[in-house]
Amino acid sequence: MHFHFHDPYQPLDSPVHRLDPRVKLALALGFILTATLLPAGAWLSYALLGAAAWVGAHLSGLGIRTVLRRSMLALPFVLAAFPVVFTAPGPSWLTFPLGPWQVSVRAEGVIRLLSVLLKSWLSLQIAVILVGTTAFPELLVAMRAMGVPRFLVMTFGLMWRYLFLLVDEAIRMLRAREARSVAPEVPDRRVGGTLVWRAQVTGRMVGTLFLRTLERGERIYMAMVARGYDGEARMLSMPSLSQRDLVLLTGGLLFLMGSLLLGWLF
Amino acid sequence: MHIPDGFLSPSVVLPLWGVSAGISGYALRRVSRELTERETPVIGVVAAGIFAAQMLNFPIAGGTSGHLMGAALATLLFGPWVAILIMTCVLTIQALVFQDGGLIALGANIFNMGIVGALVAYAVDQTLWGVFGDRRWMRPVAAFLAGWTAVVMGALATGLELALSGLVPADVVLPAMGGIHALIGVVEGLITMSAVAFLSAVRRELMIERPVAGRIPLWTAGLALILILTLLAPLASADPDGLERVAEDLGFIQAARPSAFSLLPDYTIPGLPNESLATILAGILGALMVFGLVVILWLGQRSRRGERASNSKT
Repeated sequence: MHFHFHDPYQPLDSPVHRLDPRVKLALALGFILTATLLPAGAWLSYALLGAAAWVGAHLSGLGIRTVLRRSMLALPFVLAAFPVVFTAPGPSWLTFPLGPWQVSVRAEGVIRLLSVLLKSWLSLQIAVILVGTTAFPELLVAMRAMGVPRFLVMTFGLMWRYLFLLVDEAIRMLRAREARSVAPEVPDRRVGGTLVWRAQVTGRMVGTLFLRTLERGERIYMAMVARGYDGEARMLSMPSLSQRDLVLLTGGLLFLMGSLLLGWLF
Repeated sequence: MHIPDGFLSPSVVLPLWGVSAGISGYALRRVSRELTERETPVIGVVAAGIFAAQMLNFPIAGGTSGHLMGAALATLLFGPWVAILIMTCVLTIQALVFQDGGLIALGANIFNMGIVGALVAYAVDQTLWGVFGDRRWMRPVAAFLAGWTAVVMGALATGLELALSGLVPADVVLPAMGGIHALIGVVEGLITMSAVAFLSAVRRELMIERPVAGRIPLWTAGLALILILTLLAPLASADPDGLERVAEDLGFIQAARPSAFSLLPDYTIPGLPNESLATILAGILGALMVFGLVVILWLGQRSRRGERASNSKT
């Protein structure tokens, strides 16, 4: 696991930042749903969605390059889809010997692999833009407005508040262990102890972290009670959507539906 | 194991969204009924703790390292419903903020790593406790097996979803996912085992009470899940489906057009031919026999314990 834990939100001032979080969340989910529903090989629709994502990236002030760099994250998963190139039905495109076997690359398989790649990449770009332009508390409000249960939203909020603290704690524990014994980051160095022993050390670290977390949670609860917490999570209600937001929401959804129709018809 | 968006077909991912939302919603209702007002804020902090604990890794060999996923540990500490809720929170934040797994694929990810993980870990733990009772070696063994099974079953569920989406044939992805995660599961099992051992040595009151009877429906459901997934795994054959074969032979396969939203994409379940129906039945039969044996053993153990208890009274 990489230590890429920092808040991805970038406090800039842009048209996308100023957009109502509810509209942004709805459009992002709609975008990803559209990408999921599109059939394989609907290149025109992919291009439309891609253009929309890049316009969004540009308008948001994050920059297309940042968005592209961050959206490379899921690419390793493509390995899981790679066999489709050889196993898809249909006529073979290119056959070559591989040891004792004849392997044939199938046109249908290549189309499917490329489609999955593009769909997943488009979805990631939109997700990156969403969290880059929306602060987490705004996301919480948007989730509440979309009908996510109050308790869950409250739990997300608490989680977010203590996440970075606890991740720091975990990183400190890792550093302490590394200073004392094994060095996991150096590939060729001989590591100490048996596998079971190393796992045991890690298990105790997990246990320790867990105990500290639990005790912290109890202290937090006490602090909340002292400040008047009564088991009810209260949130500020959002103002109703402005006319501009409504127009953007409708326009965006129409665009997505249009791309979807286009993908299925042609 | 976090599936990104775009990989699963809509006919797989949308129903799974419904299933996960339903089960998490049920867990939410159970938890908010059973927990006191005091414990609810603690859940959020513990979820953040599981998130952080996933960063604690240890070197295996040659520069690779393993880390915890946590569904089994959460289940052993808080029971399956709280664990499902915690995993739902962890996976949602990972998908929403850190793009670890997709947003539409979130339903599938919650299903694989949260729901399957928690129920399977619970089933393994309860079954072992039911059969063998409280022995000294019991707790570590149950913790190890719960962790291992949760990871392997989650991986098989992931593989099955990829196969159902028509991406990879079942006979390629299931052995591959199962094989790799049988090894990764050992890491999960070892960490879970020593974390549980540590916690029960330091704060014994944290470990949940284990009722031997009375929760049968849930752990049988988990056991059924294990059975289904293991049974689907060996069904490996790349023969084309019967109708498709006929269609190919008679040359009308081109006439078939994909309907807009078919229940299963293309060719039924890729990699699952009809001939293997016999294999499924044989597998179910065998599994039921093993299960029956376990139940008989358990009942025998219970009646013996009952006798001992009544003897000591007199």
